[in-house]
Amino acid sequence: MSDLTFLTLAQARDGLRRKSFSAAELTDEHLAAIERARGLNAFVLETPEQARAMAKAADTRLRSGAAQPLEGLPLGVKDLFATRDVRTTACSRILDNFVPTYESTVTASLWRDGAVLLGKCNNDEFAMGSSNETSIFGPAVSPWRRRGSNAPLVPGGSSGGSAAAVAAMLCVGALGTDTGGSIRQPAALSGIVGIKPTYGRCSRWGVVAYASSLDQPGPFARTVRDAAILLTSMAGHDPKDSTSVDRRVPDYEAAVGRSIKGMRIGIPKEYRLDGMAAEIETLWERAAKWLEAAGAQVVEVSLPHTKYALPAYYIVAPAEASSNLARYDGVRYGRRVAGGDINAMYEGTRREGFGPEVRRRIMIGTYVLSAGYYDAYYVRAQKVRTLIKRDFEDCFAQGVGAILTPATPSPAFGIGEQGDGDPVGMYLNDVFTVTVNMAGLPGISVPGGLSAQGLPLGLQLIGRPFDEETLFALAQVIEDAAGRFTPQKWW
Amino acid sequence: MPVDPTTVRRIAHLARIAVAESEVADLQAELNSMLAFVEQLSEVDIEGVEAMTSVTPMELKQREDKVNDGGIADDIVRNAPAAENHFFVVPKVVE
Repeated sequence: MSDLTFLTLAQARDGLRRKSFSAAELTDEHLAAIERARGLNAFVLETPEQARAMAKAADTRLRSGAAQPLEGLPLGVKDLFATRDVRTTACSRILDNFVPTYESTVTASLWRDGAVLLGKCNNDEFAMGSSNETSIFGPAVSPWRRRGSNAPLVPGGSSGGSAAAVAAMLCVGALGTDTGGSIRQPAALSGIVGIKPTYGRCSRWGVVAYASSLDQPGPFARTVRDAAILLTSMAGHDPKDSTSVDRRVPDYEAAVGRSIKGMRIGIPKEYRLDGMAAEIETLWERAAKWLEAAGAQVVEVSLPHTKYALPAYYIVAPAEASSNLARYDGVRYGRRVAGGDINAMYEGTRREGFGPEVRRRIMIGTYVLSAGYYDAYYVRAQKVRTLIKRDFEDCFAQGVGAILTPATPSPAFGIGEQGDGDPVGMYLNDVFTVTVNMAGLPGISVPGGLSAQGLPLGLQLIGRPFDEETLFALAQVIEDAAGRFTPQKWW
Repeated sequence: MPVDPTTVRRIAHLARIAVAESEVADLQAELNSMLAFVEQLSEVDIEGVEAMTSVTPMELKQREDKVNDGGIADDIVRNAPAAENHFFVVPKVVE
């Protein structure tokens, strides 16, 4: 074996079981790749000692025939997941050198299943962003570049480090979280697969909270099958998360390759935006033809409240964030800025500890929840959210099994190109993904092709609640037709 | 309902975030830009629509009212910026 980092997760798993190489070798090659790729800033903390110890334990289990489903597979973890004895920052100054004394439920499931932690991945501060530019550690850089250009591009966000790491083959898979598109948008911009499961499918316990009614952990991988394997380990009921759902976890990998013959696929006309790039429209039409060729029936559907999802999100998410982030007060953990009295300490700590985008969202959230404005903003947004969810329910009630849309309105943009001055410009990146969080549905992003400038473009499939299996089956059809996309190595 | 400088200062105080006088104008512009963006919600007919409280229909699970964790005071204060004998230390709040 020359370079083990080129293997997909499934290939690495099968190679380990056949003893073609050891978990230690696999981990070492990935650690070396991470070291060479420091320019991408994908990892904010490398954990080589822990990785080697975990790989060694995996090799012991592989030898004794006690291998678990993810035995020996090296992963990256977004720095939003609490990892015991491993610094966890949410890429915010306010958490400082926070070292959890506990492990998030989802990461604990991965380690139970034999996976290896390579390190913590970069993200937008508190997952608030669509480009990974709000991280206190600086932006993660996409392994992709425009044809004939050296300009550094964003990998998307907020889980940008995880997406960049998987696309650059620094790990076989990675964890992200998705509140408005933070898995699907970076997956699309980085040419990989990412799935946001149904709300409640994966436990949020031990994940730094942004907007609790929207947050959901999910995996990144280079193939649909790999994402399915990871989700099978991550999903499941957790008594420590009261919104986690007690429902059997299927073997998602078994759904990969399943026939989609006769399935009805909806194309929502409201997603055809004015001034949408022609290449996005072409990609979307081509994907519909691929699904038709595989036996699906493509029908136009209507989701009339689509345009209101993003504005409603920018009320609901900041409101929940202002409440969730109240805990960062310089008392129990993280950074403290001394002040004359306790209020000065709180105000100074939060001024220094939070970056501008986080402060902005906390303030908007505080405003829409404040006396006199609560009904006009927050309650109205929650009513609109009911209507958004109803649109999807009506559509599914007509026999539609899944909905096909583009994942993003454009390919990756340059670092520093967007969001200057007016924060709203950046928010529009999530126009196709945010509806799915508002309705609590599962959504998968799968690469569909390259833009004229040679950058990846993603497609999104939206499913019925808890029907991730259908998404994996459909996404595999797209992967088979579109092929896979790998950036040319320059780092 | 555009926010004025007084409202910016009031929100900042409610959120316990110190704001310098020189930052108020920029913050005011940013907050108003966000509020202008969400203003389109006012055109939606929400007559008779219930506000969403749970995105997945579920009953809140309850468990027996019994202590099932604890005795980890060391863990709880491990990351505290200032702690003494398992207490968090803060500036004096009662004279």
